[in-house]
Amino acid sequence: MSDIIIQNVSKIFGPRPERAFEMLKQGIPKNEVQEKTGLVVGVYDISFEIKSGEVFVIMGLSGSGKSTLQRLINRLHEPTRGSILIGDKDITKMDRKELIQFRRKAFSGMVFQNFAILPHRTVMGNVEFGLELHGIDKVKRRKRAQEVIDIVGLKGYENSYPSELSGGMQQRVGLARGLAVDADILLMDEAFSALDPLIRREMQDELIELQSRMKKTIVFVTHDLDEAFKLGDRIAILKDGKMVQMGTAEEIITRPADDYVTAFVEGLDRTGVFTAGTIMQPVKATAHVNDGLHTVLHKIRRAGLSSILLVDSQRVLHGYLKADEVAEEVKKKSVDEKKKPHPSLIHSPEAVHPDTQLTEVINLSTESTGPIAVVDNNKKLLGVIVRGAIIAALSKGYKPEVNGYNENDQARKEEKVS
Amino acid sequence: MFPFRIPIRDWISAVVDYLSTQFSVVFDSISTLVLFVVDNFKDGLLALHPLMLIVVLGFITYRMAGLTTAGVAVAGLLIVENIGLWVAFNETLALVLTAEVFVIAVGLPLGILAAGSDRLNGFIRPALDFMQTMPAFVYLIPAIMFFGLGLVPGVIATFVFAIPPLIRLTNLGIRQVPKELIEASDAFGATRAQKLFKVQMPVALPTVMAGVNQSIMLGLSMVVIAAMIGAGGLGAEVLRGIQRLEVGQGFEAGLAVVILAVILDRITAGFGQIKKPQQ
Repeated sequence: MSDIIIQNVSKIFGPRPERAFEMLKQGIPKNEVQEKTGLVVGVYDISFEIKSGEVFVIMGLSGSGKSTLQRLINRLHEPTRGSILIGDKDITKMDRKELIQFRRKAFSGMVFQNFAILPHRTVMGNVEFGLELHGIDKVKRRKRAQEVIDIVGLKGYENSYPSELSGGMQQRVGLARGLAVDADILLMDEAFSALDPLIRREMQDELIELQSRMKKTIVFVTHDLDEAFKLGDRIAILKDGKMVQMGTAEEIITRPADDYVTAFVEGLDRTGVFTAGTIMQPVKATAHVNDGLHTVLHKIRRAGLSSILLVDSQRVLHGYLKADEVAEEVKKKSVDEKKKPHPSLIHSPEAVHPDTQLTEVINLSTESTGPIAVVDNNKKLLGVIVRGAIIAALSKGYKPEVNGYNENDQARKEEKVS
Repeated sequence: MFPFRIPIRDWISAVVDYLSTQFSVVFDSISTLVLFVVDNFKDGLLALHPLMLIVVLGFITYRMAGLTTAGVAVAGLLIVENIGLWVAFNETLALVLTAEVFVIAVGLPLGILAAGSDRLNGFIRPALDFMQTMPAFVYLIPAIMFFGLGLVPGVIATFVFAIPPLIRLTNLGIRQVPKELIEASDAFGATRAQKLFKVQMPVALPTVMAGVNQSIMLGLSMVVIAAMIGAGGLGAEVLRGIQRLEVGQGFEAGLAVVILAVILDRITAGFGQIKKPQQ
């Protein structure tokens, strides 16, 4: 497992690229450079890191240099300047032989928009392709290919030719061909863009599911912001060969770097981006498991709530009490006010993890009337979701409150600085 | 109009003379090699009983082009046998096959190289244009100069005449392999040889095979003409018909050529489709 470190990388297509660098340094835009020198600027002076095991999305419109940038990572394009480190190896300094060996070791090949699978080979033959190039013997590679074919759901199609398959299935072949090679880095170039929307969504979901098991480093190029935000742990937005912004989906939505990004973000389906953690609010009041009925009622009234969450000293969630039921109980003279609430009064609330997507939270909020608590893996109470906040998040220009919980906040802040 | 005449014919003659004396060893060895291949083909074909060869050719045609074509081929071959042109037919077939062996041996690598290098392609293309526009007869002269009369110059002239389409179409086929397929194989760490044999050639195969088909058909037409310098075979029969003004004899030989052409064309046209899925 190794990070990809891209340092000051530029790619200029054409002879004598120095001319372009001179102009770019003065801030002359890409199209003007091309007009004056005939040189095409792929990407200019880009630096960033891709962490091992993350899905990193490179996003931009056509001509933004996103595919060029991706092809620099495995050196399908020669970088004009800069260095690209994968682990501790500088891929720009390798000779042809080293490069071929390194590609075999580090990359799970590439997945392409128009699939780029071999028309003269069967599904099995295509999935075996990478392994075959690496010189793995027939029995072994057939076994491995069969495993991957099963994983991507192509079982039964082993002997079909690409021309007999639908687009979605062809892309499964493309994906399987990559996954068959057991290397860390998988490059995907507009991999789902040629598929129709339903199939595309299905493939995205499957990729997310696969990734949760495989933990590969995926560099995914797309022009589709919804896709970028759905798949990407982090996203880099490119424009005219330059990096405009890099960060998580939330960072980009809530703090767009400039008008270009803002314009991009406007048409976005927000339900897939925000999580329970983003929109939750701090808990105004909680009842302790040892609190007597009277105390509970007092706390409820003071905070003006219709129900109150019940926690222990570790703030582990135990349930919730309804205000009217507690009041009813207290009215009964027979009950000791100092006594703890009877177990029949304690209801179990809807509890979600901070990473739960907004779509799911919406479903919960329509299904139940009780509070929606946000808890971590140890059932520790982190916050609550107020129904109004869901509506607010769906509207444009929404910025989450600063005190909203986010487990990665610290890490992300550090990245921003660097 | 001019007080002088550019002595192109003297130059060419001088060059040919020089080459044929200085490089006689080269020409002799080429000659031996060609004769060896032709003789083997011919002996091989004629060693079989005509009926057996007809069955074999019929079967190959059936596999490549289907039952109907195979039926036509078998009927045609039976006619050839019946009108007594069996030996001449096989001589011609041997000549065509020999020329094609050399065409493939030289043309395929040249086409592949040309596909990989725009500079080489720039050199080869005008040469191919020249070879294809030159009247076929003209090749016979230098072939005689270097190799004398007989089979060998016939094969050589056929080779020169038939090689351009294979080079062109190999070049074209490889250049037309989608860029993504090349990128994909590079991304998986393919070496040049792996790329060529596992991706470029298989994908270009239908186009390359169209080139083989074209060169065989051109070769066949040239082999008939080459009878004028003593290459023998069906061409010699046609020639005899012309010289003696025997329309019937000439027609029979011509018919045999057509039958051979149909069989060769159908078989080689089928090659490109071998790797396609069988529905």
